[in-house]
Amino acid sequence: MYPQNYSYTKEHEWVSVAGDIGTIGITHHAQKELGDIVYVDLPKLGVAITAHSTFGSVESVKAVSDIYSPVSGEVLEVNSLLATQPEKLNEDPHGEAWLVKVKLASPDETKGLMTAADYQQYIGE
Amino acid sequence: MSQDSAPLKQTALNAIHRAQGAKMVDFGGWDMPVQYSSLVEEHHAVRRAVGLFDVSHMGEIDIRGPQALHLVERISSNWAQKLKIGQIHYSGLLYETGGFVDDILVHKVAEDHFFICVNAGNQEKDFAHIQAHNTFDATVELSSNRYTQIAVQGPRALETLQKLTKTPLAEIKYYWFVDGEVTGTPARIARTGYTGEDGFEIYFTPSESARIWRALMVAGEEFGVKPAGLGARNTLRLEAKMALYGHEIDASISPLEADLAWMVKLDKPDFVGRAALASQKDRLTRRLVGFQMTGRGIGRDGYEVQIGGAKAGWVTSGSPSPTLSATGTPKNIGLCYLPMQNTAVGTEFEILVRNQPVSAVVVPTPFYKRSKG
Repeated sequence: MYPQNYSYTKEHEWVSVAGDIGTIGITHHAQKELGDIVYVDLPKLGVAITAHSTFGSVESVKAVSDIYSPVSGEVLEVNSLLATQPEKLNEDPHGEAWLVKVKLASPDETKGLMTAADYQQYIGE
Repeated sequence: MSQDSAPLKQTALNAIHRAQGAKMVDFGGWDMPVQYSSLVEEHHAVRRAVGLFDVSHMGEIDIRGPQALHLVERISSNWAQKLKIGQIHYSGLLYETGGFVDDILVHKVAEDHFFICVNAGNQEKDFAHIQAHNTFDATVELSSNRYTQIAVQGPRALETLQKLTKTPLAEIKYYWFVDGEVTGTPARIARTGYTGEDGFEIYFTPSESARIWRALMVAGEEFGVKPAGLGARNTLRLEAKMALYGHEIDASISPLEADLAWMVKLDKPDFVGRAALASQKDRLTRRLVGFQMTGRGIGRDGYEVQIGGAKAGWVTSGSPSPTLSATGTPKNIGLCYLPMQNTAVGTEFEILVRNQPVSAVVVPTPFYKRSKG
């Protein structure tokens, strides 16, 4: 369920690193807690986002929730799929429904995050 | 977790909800299912087929005695005298100020017996309020513990429930009830609900809860029955523009402001709150209206409403509408208070959504009305 090569936050986001590019999303646990997702608000290209700070929000029928970035960096790409099909975030949060790709400011930041095993223990699954 | 918080109260169906995978939340001190699978799927199940709600957290108050009618007339804004035996109406339990103690369903069981269904979180307060006005030859009993209440709601509700009872359900008119049986267990069967659909609310002894719930799940299987949580209950009642205590109504809001004038009988000689409402009637300053978002965003409960950049009111309930969004573009709806002069359908205003003004427009209500027949 939770990919081994991703790193996880206590706020239920994940980051997957390839070279100096980080792909960021929310976890399966997060989408399940939120329920039916209707809006995803994401930053514009070129915006600098900061680790542990909010950079967007996800809104479900029930509630709106901030998304916190696991890492710092500049936004290179935003997942346009989510503008028209926000429900994809309920279906494939670890894959097709990633949120943004960033150019990592300091790749070492992921060392402070949880492994898949740690995260699963954290959420009690 | 704080040490001094009281343990959450549980209904007799708590274990069943957990076994069915419900996500549980603290709802006014009760451990209740907010959703089982998907709020939207549960919502659609009720609109298109049938859904089951455990609403045993609701309170029940029995008023009996030779002057039971007099006490009900005194504490209730609707005209209980006009109820026939077996009939139900919606009413307001009001303070002298005209604000709501609670909103209630009054059932006339006999000439000397009324059964009142009240909100879970208000039941002790309601009971004390009614007692305080009981200067009549009537007894008031808080009887909530004697009842499990299950709401069977949706266009297939009748067929589902009919499999479990010999009581002829089609003969029960909307807002009427009979004391019959469900699977042989004595049950009060009322054709009422909080979803805008046809359906029944059944009251029976808690010891039979699990068995009857399971029997309803089996009876509704061929129609695609789903257990439905408080999340779907909220979106369903919002589409039908039914008030929720603590949102559309509370101690500071009158039924006239809440667009519930129809259940206030000012021609009734006397009831608690009458004088305040009679004087408020022709000088209302604000009223509840329905809105639809025209900008991108959802005006949610408590958000500020602005007209011309100045605060003009607040959102009482707001959500995407699963029914209106099912075909075509997503629609976000809600209810809010606006100054009287801004309540006309078509009036444009803004709602502060996370500090950004987003456009909305006053629309006719209810947002959803079932087609009958």
